Amino acid sequence: MSGWTRKDLLGLDELSAEELRIILDTAKAFKGVGERSLKKVPALRGHTMVNFFVEPSTRTRTSFELAAMRLSADVVNISATASSLQKGESLKDTALNLEALRADIIVLRHSSAGASRFLAERLQASIINAGDGAHEHPTQGLLDIFTMIEKRGSLEGAEVAIIGDILFSRVARSNIYALNKLGAKVTLVGPSTLVPKAFEKLGVKVAHRIDDILETADVVNLLRIQHERQRKEYFPGIGEYIKLFGLTKARAERLKPGCLIMHPGPINRGVEIDSDVADGDRSVILEQVTNGLAVRMAVLYLCAGGVGLPS
Amino acid sequence: MSQEHPETLLVMDADAIRKAIRRIAHEIVERNTDLSRLVIAGIPTRGVEVAKRILDHIEQIEGVRPEFGVVDVAMHRDDLRRRGRLTAVVPTELPVDLDDRVIVLVDDVLFTGRSCRAALDAISSFGRPARVQYAVLVDRGHRELPIRADYVGKNVPTALEEKIRVRFENLDSVPDSVRVVRAVNS
Repeated sequence: MSGWTRKDLLGLDELSAEELRIILDTAKAFKGVGERSLKKVPALRGHTMVNFFVEPSTRTRTSFELAAMRLSADVVNISATASSLQKGESLKDTALNLEALRADIIVLRHSSAGASRFLAERLQASIINAGDGAHEHPTQGLLDIFTMIEKRGSLEGAEVAIIGDILFSRVARSNIYALNKLGAKVTLVGPSTLVPKAFEKLGVKVAHRIDDILETADVVNLLRIQHERQRKEYFPGIGEYIKLFGLTKARAERLKPGCLIMHPGPINRGVEIDSDVADGDRSVILEQVTNGLAVRMAVLYLCAGGVGLPS
Repeated sequence: MSQEHPETLLVMDADAIRKAIRRIAHEIVERNTDLSRLVIAGIPTRGVEVAKRILDHIEQIEGVRPEFGVVDVAMHRDDLRRRGRLTAVVPTELPVDLDDRVIVLVDDVLFTGRSCRAALDAISSFGRPARVQYAVLVDRGHRELPIRADYVGKNVPTALEEKIRVRFENLDSVPDSVRVVRAVNS
C-alpha cells in the first residue's frame, strides 16, 4: 500500500528511499498509458495544473503539460514574460492569484533556489519543483533514475559517473541524493572549479579526468555545459573541455559493453558528447524523454492524491 | 479516526472460498464455449489472485488455460479528490489484442461498482472486446452505479459502516478467509 502523503515535490534530498520507490513504481504503471492507442486516463479529471515557468524551458514544460493532459487535468501555461512578475508583482502575489483561480497544482521553474519551498509553505496547492536555481530538479533526477533501473533492473552497487558542470547543476544534485539512497556508487567528474572536493561530503567520489572512470562506469550521465550560467573563471574554453571531459568516440569505445550513456538534454553535440555516440546503441537520451512523461504523470498523480490527507 | 473492532464475523473459510471459485469457473465454462477467445482479467490486488484461481480451476475442468490479464483501476478512477486515500497504481497487463475477445473481469469484492466502471474504462482504451463479463468472490451490496456481476461467489449483506476483509494465504500469510469487520468510531 502506498505510503505517499506529501502535498508537494520540492526535492529528492528530503524523500526516503521508500518514497522514491513509490514514485518509480507508479511511473512504471503510467508508462503503459503512453503506449496505448488511447493515451489518456481520467485520474486528474477536474484538477487544474498551472505550468508556471519563470525561467525559460521547452522540454520540461511540454513534458509536464502532456503529463497533465494524459491524466485529464486542465492545464494553464504561464511564462515569466507573460506574467505580472514583469510588472513588479512578487512571486507570492502571483502565486496567491493562481490559487485564487483554484489551481490545484503549480509546477514552478524559477532561477532562485528555494522558490518552490517558499510557495509550498504558503499555498494550499501542490507545488512541484521543475528546477529552482542550482538547487534541485527532482523530476529530471527521477526520470534519470527510472531509466537506469529500467535498463539495469537495480541500482544496488552500480557505478554511476556524473560528468560536467556539477557546481551549477540542479540535475546533478537531485541525481546524487536519489542515487545514494538507492545504493548506487556515484563519482562526479569535472574540472576542480566545477567539481570542488567539498562535494565528497555528499557521500560521492570526485574525479578530475573522464579517463579515470571509463573502464568502471555502469552509467555515464553527461551534463550540459550551461553556456548561459558559465563565467569565464570557471571554464578554460570549449576546446579544453572537450579534450578533458568530452565523451568522444574513442573514449566511448573504452566504456564497458553495457554502459548506459545518458544526458538530460538539450545536448551540445561535439562538446559533452560526440554526435555518433549520442545517436549510438548505448545512448538512452531519447528514452529519458519518454520516461520523463511517465515520471511526471506519477508525481502529479501522487501529489494530487495527497491533498486532504492528514499531515 | 476509525478503528477496526477486534470481533469479526467469518463468512467464508478456505473450503468455502475454494468451492465458490470452482463454481464460478464451471459457470464461466458453461457460458463461454470457445475458451480460446477468453481472457480472465483480475483487478488488483486480490482480484488478480481470484482470477488466477479461476484459471487454475478452468484448466483442471477443461484442460485448457485461457489468457490471463491484469487491469489497472487506480488511474481510471475519477474520484481521486474525494477518496482521500491513495490506491497504488499497478501496470495493466493484457497479453493479447482485446478486439472481439470475451473478457471476464474479476474482483474480490463488489461494493459501489466504481472499480468495475473504472476497469471498463481501462479496457476500452485497449480495444473493443466482443463482450465483458464480471465475476466477484463477494457481493456486499450498496451499489452507486447500475452494475451487477455475472458470477458471484457469495452474497454478503452488509451495513455501510462494515468492511469486507478478504485474505489469501499466499498473499497475507493467514488462512484463506472472508470476514465482515465492523469499523467503530473512537
